Amino acid sequence: MAATDVDIFSNEEKRNLSLGGHVGFDSLPDQLVSKSVTQGFCFNILCVGETGIGKSTLMNTLFNTMFENEEASHYQNGVCMRPRTYDLQESNVHLKLTIVDTVGFGDQINKEESYKPIVDYIDTQFENYLQEELKIKRSLFNYHDGRIHICLYFISPTGHSLKSLDLVTMKKLDSKVNIIPIIAKADTISKSELHKFKIKIMSELVSNGVQIYQFPTDDDAVTEINSSMNAHLPFAVVGSIEEVKVGNKMVRARQYPWGVVQVENESHCDFVKLREMLIRVNMEDLREQTHTRHYELYRRCKLEEMGFTDTDPDCQPFSLQETYEAKRKEFMGDLQKKEEEMRQMFVNKVKETEAELKEKERELHNKFEQLKHMHQEEKRKVEEKRRDLEEEMNAFNRRKVAAETLALAQPLKKDKDKKN
Amino acid sequence: MIERPESAVASIAQRNLEGYVGFANLPNQVYRKSVKRGFEFTLMVVGESGLGKSTLINSLFLTDLYSKDYPGPSLRIKKTVQVEQSKVLVKEGGVQLTLTIVDTPGFGDAVDNSNCWQPVINYIDSKCEDFLNAESRVNRRLMPDNRVHCCLYFITPSGHGLKPLDIEFMKRLHDKVNVIPLIAKADTLTPEECQLFKKQIMKEIQEHKIKIYEFPDTADDEDSKLIRKIKEQMPLAVVGSNVVIEVNGKKVRGRQYPWGVAEVENGEHCDFTVLRNMLIRTHMQDLKDVTNNVHYENYRSKKLAAVTCNGGVDTSKTKNQMTRSPLAQMEEERREHVMKMKKMETEMEQVFEMKVKEKKQKLKDSEAELERRHEQMKKNLEAQYKELEEKRRHHEEEKSNWEAQQRILEQQKLDASKTMEKNKKKGKIF
Repeated sequence: MAATDVDIFSNEEKRNLSLGGHVGFDSLPDQLVSKSVTQGFCFNILCVGETGIGKSTLMNTLFNTMFENEEASHYQNGVCMRPRTYDLQESNVHLKLTIVDTVGFGDQINKEESYKPIVDYIDTQFENYLQEELKIKRSLFNYHDGRIHICLYFISPTGHSLKSLDLVTMKKLDSKVNIIPIIAKADTISKSELHKFKIKIMSELVSNGVQIYQFPTDDDAVTEINSSMNAHLPFAVVGSIEEVKVGNKMVRARQYPWGVVQVENESHCDFVKLREMLIRVNMEDLREQTHTRHYELYRRCKLEEMGFTDTDPDCQPFSLQETYEAKRKEFMGDLQKKEEEMRQMFVNKVKETEAELKEKERELHNKFEQLKHMHQEEKRKVEEKRRDLEEEMNAFNRRKVAAETLALAQPLKKDKDKKN
Repeated sequence: MIERPESAVASIAQRNLEGYVGFANLPNQVYRKSVKRGFEFTLMVVGESGLGKSTLINSLFLTDLYSKDYPGPSLRIKKTVQVEQSKVLVKEGGVQLTLTIVDTPGFGDAVDNSNCWQPVINYIDSKCEDFLNAESRVNRRLMPDNRVHCCLYFITPSGHGLKPLDIEFMKRLHDKVNVIPLIAKADTLTPEECQLFKKQIMKEIQEHKIKIYEFPDTADDEDSKLIRKIKEQMPLAVVGSNVVIEVNGKKVRGRQYPWGVAEVENGEHCDFTVLRNMLIRTHMQDLKDVTNNVHYENYRSKKLAAVTCNGGVDTSKTKNQMTRSPLAQMEEERREHVMKMKKMETEMEQVFEMKVKEKKQKLKDSEAELERRHEQMKKNLEAQYKELEEKRRHHEEEKSNWEAQQRILEQQKLDASKTMEKNKKKGKIF
């Protein structure tokens, strides 16, 4: 903390003081707002629903503009996430809107893995933000935030109940993102059927423990409207970008032989309620919830996975430096240990092989000793034989010499005889 | 599967709305939420005793922060530089502000003032450290922001220039906190003297490359005109007062002199209103933002760099490391190490193999050599045997020949002697 030669007196008690006049800090919220407006806002919507259920049309209707609209085919191999970003402006407010579409959702025969790409996308956005937040040199204030603020889940207007795919997917998403369930193509359900359908859906969600987004009721200005809207969930919506003349006005509607479904007529569908809640009243709350609840949960899990804790075994809180240093020491020690292990392994290997080779050398040596012995034996034998032969030859030579001398002597005798 | 857009920035398309959507209401939502949350601000005042710091605070916030019940630090005797903070909660127009005033009694009062800025620096750093630790916890809760957002530095109205202590202090603190220099007790300077003094001070500030708080440029023309005016008046010359005096029927805060009243809130008498407007009414949020985005980030990156680089002096490497988080840094190091180990492993393997091959080869060679010698000796022996055999055979042959000869001779001799005997018997009758 501080150096030892400094005393820090802190009056931690907060005193309430009354002001003797107009100081002027009541302009603080305005300062904050003008800064936010200059920076611009960003909002990311994820639309989850089957192909052809009306996601793109609803987005166009909500934001009163034609976003890119390629009709998706039903033959995708898997679920594909398609994010598109648009720059919108209304009066002096700039909004960077990202709409993420789930292409191919619900089309496969085996839908067990359908939720995975969605969860992965959301996690990736959290991860990117976390990485930016952990950088040494970071720039969070101009970081393009891609985290999903709201997931609009489109329910098929069967009139019966939720599909199991819906329950499974929503259950996987409810701890990661704010979910608002919507009944799509609501112009195929009658009012009474709709009422039953809504009740059925909500009870199924509750019984399965799916946490959908609740409009906040703690802010006086919006408590009333939010709590009444909470009772209308899920919103039954109809989307349309075509305009039909009703009375003397052009309204957005769908023209049927039996009548005209007006999108902005509250007795026809809940579109207006959705727009009100999503955009005009709670957009900021959705962003805040994403950051303070869902992102924090992700971050906490990720850090705990990596082995970070807030307190050491003695329950003393770690300072950041200590944590990093401890981690780093552990990490270096780990690396060193690995290095040592490898070296040791090699030393052992070398020893083994040396022993082997020495053994071989010894064998070879023995073998040749043996051969040498054998060879010497043979040599001796040869020598013996040679000596024998020599002796024989000598003996023979002596006999020969003797015989010759005898033969020489004999002819003399013969001569002598002849002479006689 | 995620279809990535080519680049997050490039594929942002502009769209025009064909009707009212409603997100223009976002600022109102932000407004409501911020009011509900409440605001915080920490203001630090630094300067020698008797320059009127406490009085100025009271004047700024139109309240008695320091009163008889809560005497200010100036009324206490101190031997070393202290850093004292007082927290107060003030409300105005539905907006709640938690104001923390940090005072530094004893600053510059000693005979030897070397390092009298150190306690101040330590205080600022410790608040940043607290915030950093709170931000880095695994379980984060709403973090109170106790970082110092603004430091008002009081300059003695000597009329000449900055003192060495002033320069030292500002140089050491300009990249840790927003520094706003003020000329204290400005009612001792005439307007002309004040102008000269301000010019001199600004000159010296530029000379020493001191970075005081700069007002951000705005797109708004009106605002930028105002800002330029304020910039020309820097440093602001202020007068503070706790006393309300009646002047021309109006109640004003001021200082009563025999020759008149110096009014605090009179723009021609001093720059107090400029200070208050700037500090509280227009730029309070910006001061907080600059503290958060610039000064705090500086502190944080220095702190984290020290932890991860562990004193590594290789500048090329550290530059790269700056763009990553310490954890990513460790991941990178781990990867590098794995590669290094692999390389080392293959190298050692190679050396090992080579040595083994060498030895094996040597063994083979000596084996071959010994084989060869053995073969040679064997051949030798065989040759000797053969030779011996030859000799023996030769000898045997010779022997049997000779013996055969001898026998023939013997036979001849026998025959001859027999004939002679016969002849002898026949008598030599001639």
